[in-house]
Amino acid sequence: MAQHSRKGAQIQALTANRLADGIVVYLTADNRWSESLQDADVIEGKEAGEALLARAQPAIDGNIVVEPYLFEVVREDGNIRAASVRETIRQAGPTVRLDLGKQAELPGVHR
Amino acid sequence: MYRYDEFDHQLVNERVAQFRGQVARRLSGELTEDEFKPLRLMNGVYLQLHAYMLRVAIPYGTLSSKQLRMLAHIGRKYDRGYGHFTTRQNLQYNWPALKDMPDVLHDLATVEMHAIQTSGNCIRNVTSDQYAGAAKDEIEDPRIVSEIIRQWSTFHPEFSFLPRKFKIAVSGTPDDRAAIRVHDIGIQIVRDGKGEIGYEIYVGGGLGRTPMIGKKIADFVPKEDLLAYLEAIMRVYNMYGRRDNIYKARIKILVHEIGAEEMKRQVDAEFAEIRKTGALHLPAEEVARIQAYFAPPAYETLPDESTELNKAVVADRDFANWVKSNVAAHKVPGYAIVNISLKPIGGTPGDCSSEQMDAVADIAEKYSFDELRVTHEQNLTLADVRKKDLPAVHAALKAAGLATANINLITDQIACPGLDYCALANARSIPLAQQISERFADLDRQHDIGELKINTSGCINACGHHHVGHIGILGVDKKGVEYYQVTLGGAADEKTAIGDIVGPAFTEEQIVDAIETIVTTYLGLRQPGERFIDTYRRIGIDPFKESLYATH
Repeated sequence: MAQHSRKGAQIQALTANRLADGIVVYLTADNRWSESLQDADVIEGKEAGEALLARAQPAIDGNIVVEPYLFEVVREDGNIRAASVRETIRQAGPTVRLDLGKQAELPGVHR
Repeated sequence: MYRYDEFDHQLVNERVAQFRGQVARRLSGELTEDEFKPLRLMNGVYLQLHAYMLRVAIPYGTLSSKQLRMLAHIGRKYDRGYGHFTTRQNLQYNWPALKDMPDVLHDLATVEMHAIQTSGNCIRNVTSDQYAGAAKDEIEDPRIVSEIIRQWSTFHPEFSFLPRKFKIAVSGTPDDRAAIRVHDIGIQIVRDGKGEIGYEIYVGGGLGRTPMIGKKIADFVPKEDLLAYLEAIMRVYNMYGRRDNIYKARIKILVHEIGAEEMKRQVDAEFAEIRKTGALHLPAEEVARIQAYFAPPAYETLPDESTELNKAVVADRDFANWVKSNVAAHKVPGYAIVNISLKPIGGTPGDCSSEQMDAVADIAEKYSFDELRVTHEQNLTLADVRKKDLPAVHAALKAAGLATANINLITDQIACPGLDYCALANARSIPLAQQISERFADLDRQHDIGELKINTSGCINACGHHHVGHIGILGVDKKGVEYYQVTLGGAADEKTAIGDIVGPAFTEEQIVDAIETIVTTYLGLRQPGERFIDTYRRIGIDPFKESLYATH
């Protein structure tokens, strides 16, 4: 599987799927779930990663999201980008249907 | 085709009601995700990269126009206006919401459809030949046996928690279009010296990370004994299949480890035991009842030649090309089998919009007795079209963007959803198929190349059947970057073979050129009349290795 979280990854965000419709969401700094990676809380280091995972727990227990995990991101020109092809596709939508997914719904999501 | 009786209706409606309750309890939190996941999977609901995915069962690939219209409707109402036909002859929706799923299943049930046996460690939806009932050399319509197996296996308590999923395919002709030798059980319908119909049984075939070709363990199982014999196989598997290791749990590993002879011995012993204690015999009247559902449609008596067809072939080059590649011989004079390619140049293999589904439903209703088939190569088939209607069928398909003339040619590729949709994938499949399709778009060149099957999978699970493509492509992940490994010489027909790995993997930028090098090498070395696979079998892998890697 394309890697979500590499050993030694320094900058990470947290993603999950919304329970009711399966849509990809990201945990924000104020503990909301946004459909845009640009809103994601970005953290550095292992301990901060564990803290981010812990902050997702209430939404798991509250049946808001499922399957949360950390993944590597990079900051580029003031934007947040997923590091792997897999997470880039999750964030934007299928590369073969540019009219579908977040790339069609959220302006600038794929900057 | 098969029509539900009262038991089928009750079974499916009860399942919808049950799942409606389960979804409600999950959304309210009464069920945890761990509790709910196996329940949703038993109803064909997966969680993929972007959203949930619903896999709808299309038993042995047969659909009525009414059912296809419902699939179109669901695509529009609950999804994003399209569906994806799979290598299991099923249909997948890529975007449905969990909260809508009970309504989707309810709508499916109104046309005798469901998502049962599309996931989980049970006997999955039985697959078969898309030319069933229409093929010239057919011994018996394979849908009869397929339907009997469906009824027997649905919710069978003994086979609901197998070591792993279990796939059965049936072929009624010597030409295998159902890839039976790469299924857990492959059933070949045969006739013995006395003219009796029975079944040759292959067991332990499969693709995935450990590809295996099924081994023949029975030359002739009499009709009435089929279910008892299958039961014997399932019992041996249930007893000895490995539950400790998911990668070794399929029956192919068991057969490989103990050998075909020992497998046969154990199955025969179990079969003898079953017989002693009262074997499950297939009653002739029940077989006849099911057979009646697959009675031939009301064919007209027609001359085999059609002047309308002959004139159109001369007048219209597009039409002539389409007839050449997409139309196959039918057993009844004056009729033809029409294959509808879901592989437009540069398109996504197997994708079909709701509008296209409606168009095909209308065409099937008007020209092919209201019925159609899905193929494991991700195309559609109209099995019973009058030759004189072929020009009208072609025109109607053309209007719907479905007249691509490329069946069995290089652009008629199998590709799994890959990393564009699938949570298991390591690499993308669809963009590769699209690029290859565009590279070889020229139809004259395609015909010059001849029959060539390119199959692409985005991971080792091999939903794209890469092991049995004449050219197989497997996407792998190397440190977050997509690479593509190439195999040559695979085949999924009656001469099934697993492809040989040609060498180191190629990057996304290199892979299409590599495919072209392989094709050019074949064209330079083929002898008159040879297809790619024939040339490969004659000359082996070395010339291809040389041309691919010599300059590297």
